[in-house]
Amino acid sequence: MTAVGADQRQQLAYVATQAADARLNVEIETEGMTLNIGPQHPATHGTLRLVARLDGEQVVEAEPIMGYMHRGYEKLTEVRTYPQVTTLINRIDWLGSFANEVPFILAAEKLMEVEAPPRAQWIRTALFELSRIANITLFLGDMAVQLGALTPVFMAFRDREFVLNQIEAVTGGRFHPNFDRIGGLKDDLPKGWINDTKQAMEKIRDFCDEFEELVLGNEIFQARSRGIGIVPAAVGLSYGLSGANIRASGVDWDLRRDGHEALAYNHLDWRVWTHPEGDSFARYWVRLQETREATHMVEQLLDGLPSGPIMAKVPRIIKVPAGEAYAATENPLGKMGYYIVSKGDLVPFRVKIRSASFSNISITPWLLKGVYVPDIITILASLYFILGDIDR
Amino acid sequence: MGLVASGKAPKPLTKLLNLGRKYSLWMYQWGLACCAIEMGAVIGSPRYDVMRLGVIPFPASPRQADLVVISGTVTDKMVPSILRLYQQMPDPKYVISMGSCANCGGPYWDSYSVTKGVDQIIPVDVYVPGCPPRPEALLEGILLLQERIGNEDPALRWRGDPIVVD
Repeated sequence: MTAVGADQRQQLAYVATQAADARLNVEIETEGMTLNIGPQHPATHGTLRLVARLDGEQVVEAEPIMGYMHRGYEKLTEVRTYPQVTTLINRIDWLGSFANEVPFILAAEKLMEVEAPPRAQWIRTALFELSRIANITLFLGDMAVQLGALTPVFMAFRDREFVLNQIEAVTGGRFHPNFDRIGGLKDDLPKGWINDTKQAMEKIRDFCDEFEELVLGNEIFQARSRGIGIVPAAVGLSYGLSGANIRASGVDWDLRRDGHEALAYNHLDWRVWTHPEGDSFARYWVRLQETREATHMVEQLLDGLPSGPIMAKVPRIIKVPAGEAYAATENPLGKMGYYIVSKGDLVPFRVKIRSASFSNISITPWLLKGVYVPDIITILASLYFILGDIDR
Repeated sequence: MGLVASGKAPKPLTKLLNLGRKYSLWMYQWGLACCAIEMGAVIGSPRYDVMRLGVIPFPASPRQADLVVISGTVTDKMVPSILRLYQQMPDPKYVISMGSCANCGGPYWDSYSVTKGVDQIIPVDVYVPGCPPRPEALLEGILLLQERIGNEDPALRWRGDPIVVD
């Protein structure tokens, strides 16, 4: 050890006291950090990019950046004939594809002043509810996997296949049926389909019962979702939330019951589920109940299926008369509406698409302010958006 | 891997090496649109289960991946990210383009914002057609890729270039 001079020793002692003072007097400061999630991330259902400014573990500000999946639907519909448009708009909300076609067809039917025969309306409603089940079962597994439970997503993929098989048996497409036509449907139901579907519905009900215990009853899931991302009803309505997101905040509003579209919901015995709390847990709970309700609705629809034709009289080449029409339905993700402006051509002059996810995601900057980083994932998962539905 | 890179590896050794490579593919999934759900079914569904083919999904980073599946619509805004992803992957690397959109633009062939085919920016080994392809189709694509890996000369693939990311 080398000898240290007196002046040097004094200097070291001075430095040591200064450092001790600094440790005592200065508060712990954290530096701001920008966290970029996406544009491709397993926890964002596709290509949403989220830029969050953090202070320690807390979010100061979060901004969703969209447009990574913008495919130009509204412009493309202007160069597609009406039957071709349904092929395109199937792919907006790719999990519940059939539900995308229905409001467009309903709006076009209003313009053409035709109405689908009762049997077509009932089958249309049944397929609509089947696509709702196909959509929401994946959410039920997906939100659990984002909170760290890996098993539910395997179960969701397994049981979702039963519904996809039934959709495929009627329409020929697992994902994108393209089955709805102006004035009715392309085909009637195949033989034996009704019994198979009823069996599939029982399997889905078992799936819902299982998830009620496995996920909703799970302590970790409850701890991570209860009281996280609370949306008060007034705030939710002002941001334009719809579907299960707003019903989880206690707003009793469902276009299946409150809308005026030509679908068979008025003949059924069902209820709208709401939850007073408005947190992430409530959004999951409402969706689970809705899935179970949808299985009952499909069964009722198949029991009371009226006989008759499935196609109204429409000309072979569809020319929609000039005018404007709007139709909106309660899609799996929320309210979806199409506003069609026609100039009497083979193609629409302008189609405005009101998709649910775009409004649902607009609340995230408000909702993510001040939450902790793990809660970002919970909130985004529970809001449940699909990127094709946001960017279009 | 000097022996392999120079192409002087004996044939039986090459065969053994290829056998190992084709049954231990780390698959990075770049899920973009509808096809991502069918890819999810391939990975997550017990009915399809890609792991029985020796393909391992969910590597932590593209730097650990051998294979990337581009599934879904590639938009012009997404192109820089895909290019960067491809540059980050170590050689030898393989690309599967899944679905009509990634192959050629698909139903958006006349859209102003969609890239008409991911092969405009990165080389593609296997094209899986369909809109979206059934999960079985993706499995078939993976089998075709494995067949190709089994028969190839690794020296051609082992360029040994350093990873350059701009």
